[in-house]
Amino acid sequence: MQTKDGWKLFKCGKWQSEINVRDFIIQNFSPYVGDEQFLSGPTTNTESLWEQVMDLTKRERENGGVLDMDTEIVSTITSHGVGYLNEDTEQIVGLQTDEPFKRSLQPFGGIRMAVDAANAYGFKIDDTVKKVFTDYRKTHNQGVFDAYTPEMRLARKAGIITGLPDAYGRGRIIGDYRRVALYGVDYLIEDKQEELHLTGGNGVMSEEIIRDREELTEQIRALQELKQMAASYGYDISQPATTAKEAFQWLYFAYLGAIKEQNGAAMSLGRVSTFLDIYIERDLENNVLTEQEAQELVDHFVMKLRLVKFARTPDYNELFSGDPTWVTEAIGGVAADGTPLVTKNSYRFLHTLTNLGPAPEPNLTVLWSEKLPEKFKRYCARMSIETSSIQYENDDLMRDIYGDDYGIACCVSAMAIGKQLQFFGARANLAKALLYAINGGVDEKLFIQVGPAYEPVTTEYLAYDDVMKRYDRMLDWLAGLYVNTLNVIHFMHDKYSYERLEMALHDKEVLRTMACGIAGLSVVADSLSAIKYAKVRTIRNDDGLVVDYEIEGDYPMYGNNDDRVDDIAVELVKNFMNKIRQHQTYRRAVPTQSVLTITSNVVYGKKTGNTPDGRKAGEPFAPGANPLHGRDRKGALASLSSVAKLNYDDALDGISNTFSIVPKALGHELDTRKMNLAGLLDGYMRKGGHHLNVNVFDRDTLLDAMEHPEEYPQLTIRVSGYAVNFIKLTREQQLDVIQRTFHESR
Amino acid sequence: MLGRIHSIETFGTVDGPGLRYVLFMQGCLLRCQFCHNPDTWKRSEGKQVSVAEIIKEIEDYQPFFEAAGGGVTVSGGEPLLQLDFLAALFRELKQRGIHTAIDTSGGCYSSSPTFRKKLDEVLDLTDLVLLDLKQINADKHQKLTGMSNRHILDFAAYLDERHVPVWIRHVLIPGKTDIDEDLTKLSRFISTLTNVEKIDVLPYHQLGVYKWKELGLDYPLEGTEPPTEDRVENAKRILHAAL
Repeated sequence: MQTKDGWKLFKCGKWQSEINVRDFIIQNFSPYVGDEQFLSGPTTNTESLWEQVMDLTKRERENGGVLDMDTEIVSTITSHGVGYLNEDTEQIVGLQTDEPFKRSLQPFGGIRMAVDAANAYGFKIDDTVKKVFTDYRKTHNQGVFDAYTPEMRLARKAGIITGLPDAYGRGRIIGDYRRVALYGVDYLIEDKQEELHLTGGNGVMSEEIIRDREELTEQIRALQELKQMAASYGYDISQPATTAKEAFQWLYFAYLGAIKEQNGAAMSLGRVSTFLDIYIERDLENNVLTEQEAQELVDHFVMKLRLVKFARTPDYNELFSGDPTWVTEAIGGVAADGTPLVTKNSYRFLHTLTNLGPAPEPNLTVLWSEKLPEKFKRYCARMSIETSSIQYENDDLMRDIYGDDYGIACCVSAMAIGKQLQFFGARANLAKALLYAINGGVDEKLFIQVGPAYEPVTTEYLAYDDVMKRYDRMLDWLAGLYVNTLNVIHFMHDKYSYERLEMALHDKEVLRTMACGIAGLSVVADSLSAIKYAKVRTIRNDDGLVVDYEIEGDYPMYGNNDDRVDDIAVELVKNFMNKIRQHQTYRRAVPTQSVLTITSNVVYGKKTGNTPDGRKAGEPFAPGANPLHGRDRKGALASLSSVAKLNYDDALDGISNTFSIVPKALGHELDTRKMNLAGLLDGYMRKGGHHLNVNVFDRDTLLDAMEHPEEYPQLTIRVSGYAVNFIKLTREQQLDVIQRTFHESR
Repeated sequence: MLGRIHSIETFGTVDGPGLRYVLFMQGCLLRCQFCHNPDTWKRSEGKQVSVAEIIKEIEDYQPFFEAAGGGVTVSGGEPLLQLDFLAALFRELKQRGIHTAIDTSGGCYSSSPTFRKKLDEVLDLTDLVLLDLKQINADKHQKLTGMSNRHILDFAAYLDERHVPVWIRHVLIPGKTDIDEDLTKLSRFISTLTNVEKIDVLPYHQLGVYKWKELGLDYPLEGTEPPTEDRVENAKRILHAAL
């Protein structure tokens, strides 16, 4: 047991003799069951800093989406000198480069991506950098394409597997950034050195041991560089933080180090608010901090998280629109003993939506439980009604699996913090796979053989049992190809773009999951339902390929709480998961899958031909696990109930549902609306629903924002597992959002 | 027992307390000029469903009702045209402890013993009636809805006599019902009732106009705008005085 200056007045526990942030929180946090009355507004410093950010945002938009880019200095933890918004007034310091809104240069994932991203916005990467990363230093992207098979390339091109992290950072790994604040970097280095010492010293130098030793050494190096970076800002983070301000700053430096080295698709924060509350409570108790100052720390910290930016290509933006970074922060939830983990800081974090206005980042995620304090539930509902910036995930479902110190990576991927990570696997297009089953593996858009050349359907009308048999076989092929492709990607990412700082903030033994995903769930469910309950006639082109379908009669549609079709969706998720499970994964990762599309539902739709449910070629899929736009006709509860039937055990990487409702449909008065929304969330979670994005606004607001973007700089909407600034979406995606089902009153 | 329904809304928040499963019945005797569901008028249309089917569905939404309070509201169309179905449905609901409400205009009320007997059976199982009082002036009511309001006011009095809790709803239409003199009279009438818990002023809207067009009907209130906020406040002030 050791004691350190930073630990004064904290309750003792296991956390002092081992790295155990969870134990520290459980021993020391102060539950809060009151309401939001205690919260403070923004300070004048906060207001003027935010004004500065909004001005930069405006200039960025006017400049075509990117204000500035570093084209010479390759970003590392220590690559840049200091940078500030305003050194005199900001409480929390540190930028990715030396200027705010200047995007860093990160070629380790792929030099082509970095070059294209620069070119797209009128910048040019320095020739030397380009040469180094083309001729001398291999990138992740190069590694992947060296090993891809022709079949993998073709599947990628046809869009039956898309969005793969083979040209950019994979992300979805959350460092336990809290460790830096609680223990100081020196202790973490000592711990890693001990691990290194214990790794393979006396045994066989196997490939695994060699890799472990190299990785541990890289981790130690990253921690040392982290200290250097903090020192350049005038902070010594070798020892534990002694005040709330230091705790925020230490933690932020750790996160900053991670995003300086990795432009992963999702660079999530974890679960920090209740942890940081412990430091605030100690300072409040000692009268060295006021509530107003505490809120200012939170506001300035969150402001920094809102500044996180990466250089992206237009292709990437099409998949993940709106410049997202997924700085996901999990708030609330309940401890193993049933005590809600809600603290005043849970409120302060959500309150930034009021003090700074709505924003997509950080991706504020409330871990919802029936056991959350009623007042907190109402406050969350209020903030959703006012800002549409929050997503909700079922803590009662996840706590049993991940314990009570897990976070959310990206949108819906739960993982125990510092103990678990995932290999992000984007998604397979199950709707296209159905068309392959019908056409014997020939792509309906490219008119070439992509899948195996199985016997195609030759009858005029589709027969359910016959189609199912063919589909099952086609999915077998797809699952195998998919997992193998992911194995290649993650092997290469570990090799050429290893997340050394994030991994330094993990235990040595971590649980890895292979996070597969599916797109097109509702399209397939409705298609199979049409085949089963109506009559579907095939329409062929001159080569005999089925290119369209004609439906005779009605069929039950997913989203109306009708078991006849909902069961098809449930079975499909289960069935594909079982197929994935049969394959060997890189680093013995545990296979999982998500039903999540982010904004790629638009691109998937574009790449997929006419489907037997009546959806026309090119039309977007529904996002995530949502019913297709306009097909859920029995109101919100029916729609939610259909989605809640999908079994979380078959999709442990998350089941995303996006819900949009006009304010009036929640009731006449604000109090009623709060109560109804909280009740809706309780009911959805009680039925086993996993995730819900909540949007509360009128369709007219969005239409107006399309016409007058300048008047809606902060209009935030939840899409699929994340939030975006509406005016940053492509026009196509804006239209897609507007097409979606809005639950209205009638 | 079968009933003829128009549609189902599973997430009703304005038709009674809490989250409500709203069953829109098919068929109505009134022909209100401002109706936003004219497709519920004809009694022969819609689709038939059994009490058992509906109960099975509603049970599935119990977690929501438990969490947010709430229950089932039968609206329409005119629910009181299908009293046998209502009685059977509500009996099942009350056995399950679910809150029941009827959203009615009272347009088919009659004091005949047969109707009364059936109505009483339903009211015994009803926790709340949402009663539309559309116009207190009999002539104007006749014009606006195609029917006199005499029996509707009788119905209101009857509910009072039976101590059935009532929420009054009044659609505010410029030029048709948004008239101070009528509002004051209506307020006076409501103040004679002892069972009124709440009075909702519902600003007229045009959301249902497209349905008139789909049905090939001329929309009689073409060009009528929703009332201003001031007028809504004014109506609330006058009517709430009755509470």
